[in-house]
Amino acid sequence: MSSQPTPLADAAMAPLGDCVLSSRVRLARNLVGFAFVNRSSPEQLADIVHRVQSVRLGGPFEGGARWVNVQGTSPADRLLLFERNLISRPFVEATHPRCAAISADESTSVMVNEEDHLRLQMLAPGMQLRELSDRMFAFDGAVERSLEYAFHPRFGYLTACTTNVGTGIRVSAMLHLPALSMVQELERVQRAAKELHLAIRGFHGEGTDALGDFYQVSNQKTLGRSERDIVEEFAGSIVPQFVEYERAARRVLLERDAAALDDRVHRALGILRSCRLLSLEEAIKFLARVRLGVALGRIDHIPIALVNRLLLEVQPAHLARATGTSIGNGRDDRAPRAELVRNSLR
Amino acid sequence: MERTCDCCPNPAVVHETLVHNGVKTEVHLCAEHAAERGYILPTATGPSLIATKLVEKASATAARAVKTCPNCGMTMQSLRESGLVGCATCYRHFEEELGTLIERTQDGATAHVGRHPSQVSSLIDRAAARNRISRELREAVSREEYERAARLRDELLALGTSDTSGETAMGEVRP
Repeated sequence: MSSQPTPLADAAMAPLGDCVLSSRVRLARNLVGFAFVNRSSPEQLADIVHRVQSVRLGGPFEGGARWVNVQGTSPADRLLLFERNLISRPFVEATHPRCAAISADESTSVMVNEEDHLRLQMLAPGMQLRELSDRMFAFDGAVERSLEYAFHPRFGYLTACTTNVGTGIRVSAMLHLPALSMVQELERVQRAAKELHLAIRGFHGEGTDALGDFYQVSNQKTLGRSERDIVEEFAGSIVPQFVEYERAARRVLLERDAAALDDRVHRALGILRSCRLLSLEEAIKFLARVRLGVALGRIDHIPIALVNRLLLEVQPAHLARATGTSIGNGRDDRAPRAELVRNSLR
Repeated sequence: MERTCDCCPNPAVVHETLVHNGVKTEVHLCAEHAAERGYILPTATGPSLIATKLVEKASATAARAVKTCPNCGMTMQSLRESGLVGCATCYRHFEEELGTLIERTQDGATAHVGRHPSQVSSLIDRAAARNRISRELREAVSREEYERAARLRDELLALGTSDTSGETAMGEVRP
């Protein structure tokens, strides 16, 4: 398993990196000749895995794909892949035959037998949806030369859930919106997002809380608009607007009471530098505040890349791996987390 | 020429053309084999025929009530309960029902716009070319330009038969 920082940790100088942690493009695809995952037997699912593994994926996998047989992987390693945003939570927890291909630079992953036969996913730090989608369409075209996709002239690419049918595309950006939260504007922004038919989720996607004021914003509509239009709206309008609101809120905070803002971000840094027990929730909450301080130049000597990397390394599977311990069974990992963060921010 | 039964050398009395997934199959059966396969022959008269028809109608109604995907066995009810479609064939089999459901989940959108598999685009191109050539062929014939018509006919033949509903990318579950 890789110990290199994921592309997400490099968001330091990425476009709009002060407010956008990462961009993601995902395509849902199903293969001709097989029922969808929810109606396939374990034998058929194993056949699909075999079929996909037998072709050359091309694109980001040109140098070879790292195939992870998720069924035969330990829960800790599965969780590690999830924390690195390479596989989804349902994919970690499923019990049926499935596998994932991961590119050497961890920018691209293919989940085989998630809700659909194929989920192609690409990640990049900061706001890079246009670049990502160009690469994704080229990759999708390369995969399609080896694997025939289920397609309907009216409904487009066919998916198990009708919320993905058509283009099968989901574009998303992980936004950091702490100032909007502090000036209590977040609810209004969320309402506006709903009106624009956007989904807003927490740090780890569906069903997770907005820990540290990180919000994953994604398109909900996949039919009736071209992929290019969907990407362009996100990259050219939606994400820049969120960023503009957040930056305006940051300016307001500084103008209104810079001392209070400084106190808040430095207090968070103080806790992280001196705590002895640190829960995951606390770690993300305080790291997010420090991140705001760094982005606004109120905290120096700490690169934003370090904060981004710590946001990943404080997560349970990463922490267990770094400290050589096991995860789960209600094991208290607060002490090693506090030690890791203390040492890193010294 | 009289057709013989598909199963024996006797003359066929039942002739049926079946089209399944764009593939045409002809069935020719003698009276005996037709009866064996459940065909109702026109020789049956009176109450027995009426009774058979009624039974047939009742079972057809029952089949409609629980419409099932011929490929994966999914019903609309289980689809609604799980929120998941079973296979590519479901999209054709439940096209009307799914069309309504999709319109609701996709904020009023009813049809795909955007990328499509290259195989499909070549089918679309071929269908468009066939339409154009057919039109030109009709015009050539009406103008009695037989040489041109012959050339157009050859082009049309070279493009293959009209099997291009664009659905060839939708497969069935393999056995």
